[in-house]
Order: sequence, then C-alpha cells, then structure tokens
Amino acid sequence: MKESNYDYQIVHGFTFSALFWLIIGLIVGLWIAIEMFNPALNLTPWLSFGRLRVVHTNGLGLGFGLAGIFAASYYILQKLTRTPLVFPGLAKVHLYLFNLIIALAALSLFAGMNTSKEYAELEWPLDIAVVVMWVIFAINVFATLIKRQEKQMYVSLWYIIAMTVTIAVLYIVNNLEVPVNFFKSYSLYAGANDANVQWWYGHNIVGFIFTVPILAMFYYFLPVSTGLPLFSHRLSIISFWSLIFAYLWTGAHHLMLTPLPEWIQTVAIAFSIFLIAPSWGSVINGYYTLRGNWEKMRSNYLVKFFIVGITFYGLQTIQGPTQGLRTLNAFFHYTDWVIGHVHMGTMGWVTMTISASFYYMIPKITGTALHSIRIANVHFWLILVGQLIWTITMWIGGIQQGAMWKATDPDGSLTYKFLDSIASLYPYYKIRFAAGIVYFVGILLFAWNLVMTVRASKNNPSTD
Amino acid sequence: MGVYSKPVVFAVLSAIVILVGTVVTVFIPMLMPSTQPVSDYIKPYTAVELEGRDIYIREGCNNCHTQTVRPLRTEVLRYGEYSKPEEFAYDRPFLWGSRRTGPDLNRVGGKYPDSWHYKHMADPQSVSGKSNMPPYAWMAQNRLDTRYSVKKTKILDYGYTEEEVAAQIADYRAKVTSPSYKSKRARNGVTPKELRDELTEMDAVIAYLQKLGRDVKKLEAGN
Repeated sequence: MKESNYDYQIVHGFTFSALFWLIIGLIVGLWIAIEMFNPALNLTPWLSFGRLRVVHTNGLGLGFGLAGIFAASYYILQKLTRTPLVFPGLAKVHLYLFNLIIALAALSLFAGMNTSKEYAELEWPLDIAVVVMWVIFAINVFATLIKRQEKQMYVSLWYIIAMTVTIAVLYIVNNLEVPVNFFKSYSLYAGANDANVQWWYGHNIVGFIFTVPILAMFYYFLPVSTGLPLFSHRLSIISFWSLIFAYLWTGAHHLMLTPLPEWIQTVAIAFSIFLIAPSWGSVINGYYTLRGNWEKMRSNYLVKFFIVGITFYGLQTIQGPTQGLRTLNAFFHYTDWVIGHVHMGTMGWVTMTISASFYYMIPKITGTALHSIRIANVHFWLILVGQLIWTITMWIGGIQQGAMWKATDPDGSLTYKFLDSIASLYPYYKIRFAAGIVYFVGILLFAWNLVMTVRASKNNPSTD
Repeated sequence: MGVYSKPVVFAVLSAIVILVGTVVTVFIPMLMPSTQPVSDYIKPYTAVELEGRDIYIREGCNNCHTQTVRPLRTEVLRYGEYSKPEEFAYDRPFLWGSRRTGPDLNRVGGKYPDSWHYKHMADPQSVSGKSNMPPYAWMAQNRLDTRYSVKKTKILDYGYTEEEVAAQIADYRAKVTSPSYKSKRARNGVTPKELRDELTEMDAVIAYLQKLGRDVKKLEAGN
C-alpha cells in the first residue's frame, strides 16, 4: 500500500484540535485552581466555580482526550489494516462536527445548561449530536476493518473496537432524559437508580476513554517506535477480555456507603480488586517488551513517555481498587485524595501516552523530523515534575482533610468545624496552582514543538 | 484464532462481554423496587422548591456539595442522621455529588433560618470568613422564571394540577413578601426594590435548601 493513499489529513486535523482544547482546558483548570483559594476570581456567573469546573472536565476529557484518541485511532486503523480510510469525506465531517460540538459544549456549560451528571453534563440536543458523531466514526472504523488487507487484527484494533461499541452503550443509556425545552431536561431515572446508572457510566467512561484507547496507542506505538515486538500475544488476549469484562461491574465503588443497595457496592469492590490483574497484564507486557533493551529509555526519547506513562497506569490501577475498599473509602472519599488520583491518570498516563503518540505520528505523516528532541525532553520533565507535585500535594491534603473530618475530642465531640478543614487546605491549593503552571509550560512546549514541525514540513516539501 | 480476523463478530462478542456486568449491576437493580424504595413520609418538591433545585443544578452546586450523609459516627455527628434511600425517590437527577469542598447539604433544611441563607448566599465570606464559596448575590437580582413549572412537575409525575402549581408559587410568594416574614430584613438587604414583591432565584434556592432532609425526620419518627 502506498503511503500517499492513506488519509493523514484527518490525523493531522484531530491532533491539532486536541492541542487546542488541551490548552483551553488547562487555562480553565488554572483559573479554577486559583478560585479554590481565592474566591474573588468568581467574577461573573459564568466564571463561577460550579460552571467552570464542568468546562474544565469536559474540555479536557472530551475535547483533548477524545480528539487525541480519534487522531491516533484513524492512524492506527489505517496502518494495522494496511487500508486507507474507506470514507475520507465522512471523516472530515467527523472532524468539523467534533469541534463544533466541543465549542457548543463549552458555551452551553458556561451558560449553565448542565444536567449535573458528571462527564455527561451536556444537554439533550448536544447528546444527540454526540451520538451522530460517534456513528460517523464507527462507520469508518468498521468499513475500514471489513475492507482490510491484513488478515489478523492486532491487539490495538481490539481495543478500538471495544471502545467504539462500549462508549455507544454507555453514552446512550446514561443520557436518556425527558426534555422540558431545548435547554433543559430531566433524567429518566430517579434517586439511587440514577446514581447507579451515572457511576456505571462515569467509571466506564474513564475505562473506555482514558484506558482502553490509550492502551491501543501503547500497544501500537511502543513496538513501532522501538522496533521491538510485543512481549506476549497471549498475555494481551487475557488482559483484553478480562479487562473489558470486569470493568462494567465496578461503577458502584464510587457510591460506597451511600443509600445504594449494599450488595451492588460489595460486588463493585470485588471486581475492582480483580481489575488489578488485567491492568497489570498490560503493564507487564509493556515492561517485558523492553527486556534486554532498557537503554532505549535513554537513547529513544519516546520510550520514557510510554514507560513512565504505563507506570502511572499501573499505580493508578492499584490505588483505585485500594481506595474503593469500604474502610479506606470511608476516609478518602469526598476529599482531595480522589482529585489527586484522577489527575495521576489524566496528567500522567493519558497525556504522556498521547504526547508520545503525537510525537511519533506528526513527523511520520509530514515526512519531517521532529522540530526539537531537546524540547520534547524538557516537555517530558516539566509535565512529570508538574504532575507529581500536583498529585502528591492533593494526596497529602486529602489525608489531612479526611483526618480532620474524623477527629474527635476525648468527650466524643468533633474537634474541627467543616470550615477549618477546607481553610487548612489553602496552602496546598497554592502549591497545586504552581505545579499546574509548571505542567502548563510543558504542554505549551509540546504544542510549540509540533507546530514548528509542521511549519518546517511546509517550508521543505518532501519529494516522496 | 477466528474471532481476531472477523471484526463484526468481534464487536458483537465485545458487546456481550460488557453487557453481563451492566445487566447484573445496573439493569436488574432498576427492576427491583428495593433499589429505590418510596415512603409516604417523603413528599415531592413543591414547584418553587423544584425551580430552586434546577438553579442548584444550573450553578453546579453539586460540584462542591454532596447530598448523602454516610452511616459513620463522625458524619452523623456533623450532619445528622445518615441518608436513607427513600429520601431520593423524587430526585431526577440524583445530586449526591463526589467531592466535599463545601459541607454536605442533605440535612441542611431547617438548620439555619432563611435570613442566614440570604446573607450567606449573597456574600459567603461575610458569614463564614475563611470560606471559598463563590458569591451568588446576583441570584437575588433575577426574577424566578416559572413558565415551565407546570410542565416540569408533570414530566416528573409529582401529581400536581395546574391550579396546585399556581397556588404553591403564589403561597411561597405571599410568605416571603409578607410584612411578617421573619427573614424580611435579610431578604430586603439582598433583593433590589423592584423585585421585593416578586419571587427571585435566590428565594427558590433557599426554599429548596430548607426542604432538604425535612421529610426524613417524619420518616424516622414514624418508624
């Protein structure tokens, strides 16, 4: 198959959409980070924390995360099937529709049109647009898979298929709502059922956006960027099926000690513990792929993104089930500990893997060397250090707040008022903001590096 | 390995694998009345309380406040009796939340007088100096929109007639605009002159907050 037949424009388009929403989402993140210790920044209704936090999570999760996943999926799909996209025109519609949806999502969330269900806040007209967009993506995925030139589907394609199917189910079921008017609707489910559906969705959106397709990237880009074959095909089969089976049982660990029936909580704890095994299956597969070649951590600038990234995934998948245990959850839940947990995954595992995937793809599709490996290395260290300070600060703050909530005097009365617990965290919030700045600078270098690479390719059009 | 060379079969198989846990832990509980029990003691929200709840959702209050008290000693000491499933039968969506930047609100109804809420909503730091809550003074400058109240209570199946909805709105308005309203001074302090005889968004939010956890006390007394 000739390289020129592949549709790389779509990869290019989604890559730079991802970078755009990443920078917007981080600016909003920095703004709300200041609001946490300085409420004077809640200048207007649309700049108030309650509205902005949702813009931050949607902008980064759906804007940056999904765009990065689409970019990598379109690339991996064509490469692993050795088949150009079947419907490049449809892919272009996908790109425009995606950016339109994210822009309208941001505007509507600023305006307070918000269903309140986490990561499913968009109101019903946008939900319908998201479903249409997803169908457009799925048509290209399956048409290309059916027309493929390569008989066997490699592990990355399994993960892309699993994401395509599961996100459709999750998104539709959790967003079933009855419209009041164009801007407002009510959930179809009430109380405990609504909570159960929401966290089945909330947990699995993390699973099938921040885990499954990121693993697809990891399984593809680590071997191709090092030239080393995947350690074990059999281990990847076991990891895949057990991961996608177990994930869907665990949503209720977000609802520990709430009025949700206890048996659902307990089943969720059990399956969460089980999930350590398939998660570490992928971690071990990654580590062993490098066996005997660990010097590549030094010699190949991409390898450290992948290996440190998958290490954060490994830590994340131990921390998650542990904090889901009823006793520990009673202490950690509702504190900043959980905020630290989430950000280790998103700022560590997800962003590092997407960064390296972009660094691999953009030079390939433009036929130009990366603008600067040195900048890529600085980017790596800034986002690593920024993320570590960020998350460790939140873990310490979380422990402190959890302990203050539980502290009692000898006579059995509470030692601290609620307000004491939150006020004691302001120093941590200032450190968190500083760490966020370090991280943000790393991301700006990342974007700059890719922009300069593309610019160089336009100045020196390659002959092939 | 046949399935790894058949994308459609693979997709169907994946769908079946993910649906097992989904059916057992989400769909089947939905069919079990014990998942979301109802109680005669727990009444649906009035039209005004519901409008307040919708503003609570619009402003994303659930991003900082939970509404579920866990059955833990220190939590019951801090907030009151732990949350019961019956309390949430009329909550669409649920608002249990996931992070306590502010305190839990499931038992806040009746804890403070309306006047405290008016001052606190308008300028949280004037009441709780170290608080990081955003100010919501502008809510008292917005007239409450009740155009959809009838439709909303119908969709939620609260069982009110149009007249009952109109009466609930008129009654609450009469209460907060009456000269004998106990929190009159605090309300006038934050409400612009031209809106003092009308219902504002802040009135509705406070009505909602004062409803939280009120009915459950009857449930506990009844048991």
